[in-house]
Amino acid sequence: MSDGHAASGNGRHVDDLGFGQPGEDAVSETAVPAVQPLTKADFSSDQETRWCPGCGDYAVLASVQSFMPEVGIPPDKIVFVTGIGCAGRFVYYMDTYGMHGIHGRAPALATGVATSRPDLSVWVVTGDGDALSIGGNHLIHALRRNVPLKILLFNNQIYGLTKGQYSPTSEEGTVTKSTPFGSQDHPFNPVALALGAEASFVARTVDTDKGHLAQTLRAAAAHEGTAFVEIYQNCNVFNDGAFDAVRAKGQRELNQIRLEHGRPIRFGAEDERGVARGADGRLELVDVGDVGEEQLAVHDASRSEPTLAFELAHLASRPTGPTPIGVFRDVRRPVYGQELALELESARADVGPEQLQQLLHSGETWTVG
Amino acid sequence: MWSASPVAEKTVEKIDRVVVRFAGDSGDGMQLTGSRFTDATALVGNDLATLPDFPAEIRAPAGTPHGVSAFQIHFASRDILTPGDNPNVLVAMNPAALITNLPAVEKGGTVVLNEDGFSKHNLKKAGYETDPLEDGTLDAYQAFRVPMTSMTVRATEGIDGITSRDAARSKNLFALGLVSFMYGRPTEPSVGWIEKKFAGDVPVRDANLAAFRAGYNFGETAELLAVTYEVDPAPAAPGIYRNVNGTQALAYGLIAAGVQSGLGLFYASYPITPASEVLHALSRHRKLGVRTIQAEDEIAAVNMALGASFAGQLGVTATSGPGMDLKSETIGLAVAMELPMVVINVQRAGPSTGMPTKTEAADLLAALYGRHGESPLPVVAPRTPSDCFHAAIEAARIAVEHRTPVILLSDTFLANSSEPWKLPDVASLPAIEPGFATGPNSGDAFLPYLRDDRLARPWAVPGTPGLRHRIGGLEKEDGTGNISYQPVNHDHMTRLRAERIARVEVPDLEVDDPDGASLLVLGWGSSYGAIQGAARRVRREQGISVATAHLRHLNPLPRNVGEVLRAYDRVLVPEMNMGQLVKILRAQYLVDCESYTKVDGLPIFTRDVIEQIVARMGRQTNGSGA
Repeated sequence: MSDGHAASGNGRHVDDLGFGQPGEDAVSETAVPAVQPLTKADFSSDQETRWCPGCGDYAVLASVQSFMPEVGIPPDKIVFVTGIGCAGRFVYYMDTYGMHGIHGRAPALATGVATSRPDLSVWVVTGDGDALSIGGNHLIHALRRNVPLKILLFNNQIYGLTKGQYSPTSEEGTVTKSTPFGSQDHPFNPVALALGAEASFVARTVDTDKGHLAQTLRAAAAHEGTAFVEIYQNCNVFNDGAFDAVRAKGQRELNQIRLEHGRPIRFGAEDERGVARGADGRLELVDVGDVGEEQLAVHDASRSEPTLAFELAHLASRPTGPTPIGVFRDVRRPVYGQELALELESARADVGPEQLQQLLHSGETWTVG
Repeated sequence: MWSASPVAEKTVEKIDRVVVRFAGDSGDGMQLTGSRFTDATALVGNDLATLPDFPAEIRAPAGTPHGVSAFQIHFASRDILTPGDNPNVLVAMNPAALITNLPAVEKGGTVVLNEDGFSKHNLKKAGYETDPLEDGTLDAYQAFRVPMTSMTVRATEGIDGITSRDAARSKNLFALGLVSFMYGRPTEPSVGWIEKKFAGDVPVRDANLAAFRAGYNFGETAELLAVTYEVDPAPAAPGIYRNVNGTQALAYGLIAAGVQSGLGLFYASYPITPASEVLHALSRHRKLGVRTIQAEDEIAAVNMALGASFAGQLGVTATSGPGMDLKSETIGLAVAMELPMVVINVQRAGPSTGMPTKTEAADLLAALYGRHGESPLPVVAPRTPSDCFHAAIEAARIAVEHRTPVILLSDTFLANSSEPWKLPDVASLPAIEPGFATGPNSGDAFLPYLRDDRLARPWAVPGTPGLRHRIGGLEKEDGTGNISYQPVNHDHMTRLRAERIARVEVPDLEVDDPDGASLLVLGWGSSYGAIQGAARRVRREQGISVATAHLRHLNPLPRNVGEVLRAYDRVLVPEMNMGQLVKILRAQYLVDCESYTKVDGLPIFTRDVIEQIVARMGRQTNGSGA
């Protein structure tokens, strides 16, 4: 069976192994579909977007819709799963299959979808409250298991849909409706949290940086297993400017530390600054002119142990100064449930009334009459 | 009290039924002893029912009453319905087992004691101030003291690699051998089982075989057992039988539902007593295409099942009381999404952690109403261990064909107790039709909430070309499935969700009323055996007319329930809760049903129901009532 789209974002072709769904055969038998390149329009639903004007979510949606054709998977084979919060509405705007679940549980719903159907590409869109507060448990366990999911976490450091309470990523001291004297909670660093949960792919990008966002999604789409992407997303109503240091023109040039695998870590308007290992063994920000280019740390996302990625995650405790973005970690480890799904599917093909009869008659039986 | 000395003569006495309870420390292997005895009994052809009773603690402090584990079996030469009320025979391995179980034993009953377990230390731990073997505690019983531990140790002397400490652990098989002799059980099933089970550990195998044989031979030669008993096979319908407990039957039912529907069975759950046993049972069946996941928590488990359902599987999750509380939000989501899902609740005594290993049926109202908003769904309850098989298929059928979550209410008693099961012919099982959507349903368009004549929406699984759609917990516009806050639409959808569940076809309630009674006893769930048994006995022994009926479908209720209730002067509803079904019946049918409630963590016994019937009908004789 052919879907007319040769490339698969995760390199898997399991359609022929029995996961075809009703109706599909009819289509492929009647005609070999002409290879029509997919476009952004193929991924845009007819629903009116209802985020606040100026919300960073619009930028991410547009980028994702533009990027999806590149993955080469037809929209019929893609499932978006979301939870509750502003990011949760994302699913209605993608013309794919979609589930809008309850608060925090999207990774669990998506695990059910992905482990049943390795032929599908499953994407989770979540927010800092959804993924890190009420749904923290499901997030870490999806990452630990390495379920084949792409998880996009829109981090705006605030609860938007409930109108402006502090979130688990809000900075200490954040004044909100629920913290009139300033938040006393220490915030999560989502990248560090994902690394701590042994995620096999961890990245960070910025909502309005179309090029970097697409590049990061590309890497995520190519990853087998769970790809976790934190997206700094501006909430212009309740937390405007939270990420200005790495997002606003004039500051981002100075503060974005763009991680590139295999390259020395440099940043700044003229790439004049960098990251080097200091005398005490810790990573520190340096002027390249002072230490020399050869002293700069070289980024390696493929290291099996996450220590370098973890250090980089802690280079900036908050996105108010120089902050790494890009892919922190990208390693291979066994993907949860994929082989088993194939094994089960082929087992199922051989199971019928006879096997059921045998099962019921297994163990000690006796005959009367 | 008798003492042991070898004799040759034995009298065989025929009896038609007996209840034996094995009781010991939770480390003594009483569950194993009981289940081996059960298998041998099944092979004799007796009808039987069993009930394990064990503490939640895996190894509570040895020798204490809260560490006592027991296994009761009722077997007979006729059709029986329950594991029995009062044991005729108690095997007590230590003082704690005696102190906790003796009160249940019938007066004049037989008590077999492991004399070696009755040390001063153990007597004290059990709470005996004086020795029950000497102080008259056992005067009203036929008590036999058997030094099981020391005889087991002696029997295993000379087996290489077995210390006396190891040997003492085989004393449960000595007890098994002894009781097997007393009731003429064949030795082959137990010997065969020991040989197979311990094939990899020759010393342990030999020690267990020696202990079993020693117990059996002791029974044969000891004077104390002047009488042995014979229980003839029970008349049973021709067929192939096996013994099954509610957990196994439920697991088989789910697998069968997968086969009957052609759907992959996807089962996700989080460990919880007693529902974990279903996970254990299903996780062995990969070769039948069964997917099991041990989720990170109860909420994840139900969400995984729902995600799998969306992806075209038969999504199932199971839990017990506290887990239901956690799953309820997601069950509501499934109601809104109108997707198939089976949620099994093996009920246990609550509230909160309650008594994890004790039974109760107090989650009925929670199943029906325990979600926010108007959130109706079908509820099905099995009535016997083997009925769990058919109830699972029925729950799956309704879920799949009506696109709805279904709650199956089992309980700890059903899950753990066992009975002979006449294996069904697989060809007789109902077909389940998933009827996936394969193409547009409205011109060229696909409307995910367009309904068929059952008011069920199409099930269009991801990957189906052209049927992309989004579903979720926000209120949907009927037909299009678009998000809608329109007052008219919400009113319409709320009534529609109620109506579509009300329309689920359910067979009429059958009434068993052989002689025109004025009293109806109406039950649901695991009280079936006790109610049927009580009705038979009061009819036979006291000439009381009584009608019985049992509800399998708690939502929707059978259409004739009101008519049935109104046909009787009095309706008695025994329940293992504070009267939950009664509330519904009164509210829905305005019939003043009477409640009998039992909430002690034990099943409803036959004698409980007899007492209730006699209290109401005792003065009436057959024919003068109605």
